[in-house]
Amino acid sequence: MVPTIKTADHPLRVEVDIVQARHLVRKWAEQLGFGIVDQTKIVTAASELARNTIVYGRGGEMQLNALENGARKGLELIFTDKGPGIADLKLALQDGYTTGSGLGLGLSGAKRLSNEFEIFSKVGEGTKIIIRRWK
Amino acid sequence: MERIPILRMGEYLLVTIQVDMYDQLAMTLQDDLTNCINKNSSRGVLIDISSLEMVDSFIGRMLANISSMSRVLDAETVVVGMQPAVAITLVELGMSLAGVKTALNVEKGMALLQSAARVDFEVDGADD
Amino acid sequence: MRTNSIDNKKCAYSFSSHMASTQLAELIVKNKKSLLDTWASEQVNVFSKQGALHSTEVKTQCSDFLDALSEGLKKSDTPFFQNAAFDPLKEVITSISKSRALQGFSPSEIALFIFSFKKPFFTLIQNEFKATSQTVASEILIVSQLIDDVGIYSFEAYQKTREEIINRQNQDLLELSTPVVKLWDGVLALPLIGTLDSARTQVVMESLLQKIVETSADVAIIDITGVPTVDTLVAQHLLKTVTAARLMGAECIISGIRPQIAQTIVHLGVNLGDVITKASLAEAFKIAIDKSGLVVVKKSLIKH
Repeated sequence: MVPTIKTADHPLRVEVDIVQARHLVRKWAEQLGFGIVDQTKIVTAASELARNTIVYGRGGEMQLNALENGARKGLELIFTDKGPGIADLKLALQDGYTTGSGLGLGLSGAKRLSNEFEIFSKVGEGTKIIIRRWK
Repeated sequence: MERIPILRMGEYLLVTIQVDMYDQLAMTLQDDLTNCINKNSSRGVLIDISSLEMVDSFIGRMLANISSMSRVLDAETVVVGMQPAVAITLVELGMSLAGVKTALNVEKGMALLQSAARVDFEVDGADD
Repeated sequence: MRTNSIDNKKCAYSFSSHMASTQLAELIVKNKKSLLDTWASEQVNVFSKQGALHSTEVKTQCSDFLDALSEGLKKSDTPFFQNAAFDPLKEVITSISKSRALQGFSPSEIALFIFSFKKPFFTLIQNEFKATSQTVASEILIVSQLIDDVGIYSFEAYQKTREEIINRQNQDLLELSTPVVKLWDGVLALPLIGTLDSARTQVVMESLLQKIVETSADVAIIDITGVPTVDTLVAQHLLKTVTAARLMGAECIISGIRPQIAQTIVHLGVNLGDVITKASLAEAFKIAIDKSGLVVVKKSLIKH
């Protein structure tokens, strides 16, 4: 377990929550000393996953955790929802696959934009996605 | 309802995105632009995104849509001023926005729009 | 019955070790000045590439160390370094190790600082507890273990600082070795030399794109003559750079593709799409000039 030095929660229920979530992630990433490119990457990944949570997960929340592993600092974001869950994770992680009107790049894109990516989902129970970016 | 203002400069429309793009705003912009192009018989649209610090797949798709729709209405769209960090992230995300014309800044964007319009005009002229 | 005696032994140990810690703490406080003198004198002949340590600096550091050590011994119920009571001591050691690392001292010199404390301290303990050899033995055991742990901790803190220095130097080197040059108004060139790993390519990409914005360049020539091998990863990175530049409104030309590299690219099945590629920087430059809407004419051909 990597020690968390700061944590916060943010609800993801309506569209405007996505904008606020981006701001929060940007602020935390800046404070942790991430460069502009790394900041943009994690903010964009957060935007994709936050949208997914609202649109597909029927609302949920995002948790931010500032991590410290020795000299390395990191930002961890956890997206949880109690929505329908994802039946076929492998399929969902493919570029272009979407069950809605999106581009299908949300999950796969967020994965590419992060250093670490974990997804847990159970049909009928919900989904939990964890992404981490290290400095 | 909040809308992004569309400026008319002769035969061209200029849009400067300076606020956080949320989904509804993007959808509204798409509609507004299509109406404007139609109403003014515009030849071109310039979208300045130099203030945008983040472009995700939704906003990316909006830009691609505006580009395609304007072309159907016989107008060209040029997206200008994408920040390096945003460009790098978009590519990593998997979006290349292949059909969208781009330029470094407003001046170059306008030059591109005008040269595109000129080409069309010459072609039309030759047919007569 | 057996469990009882073990528990008793444990209790007895912790009671006596706590007593021992407090006694040691008092010992340090009472004899601080003489300890400082003997300890500092053990370190007088320490040199580094930057020159000898300043004696007042050493004395201040020793003094801080002793204060933190005695505080820790007094406050902790067990004289183990892991105890939270020794956190102030940890901070003192970290700052000393850091400053030594930054000044260029060697790891053994850090060790010397810590372990040279053993002799004066053990001598002090021996003199103080002359009467009871039992007490002396247990005190010395406690102190020895504690100082060993302190020594290891100081070495790790030193290592961490050295690593940070190396990382920073690496970063500087990276930035220095990827210069973006202006060939003409609106035409940039990026001559890549050496192997392209993931980290380096990121830096290269960012630096090129930033320069494109700064100089309002229309064309960027990425020359890979100096890149020995191009594997799938390198090719992908190059493609990403070209795509990103295009999103910003600039075009990239890749030059310096040697026949072997051309073969590798085909073998790997890498699709360069519609990226313009040229064998030499000169040819790429000709194209760049053309794309900028310019023509190069011989002076003799221009009518005045």
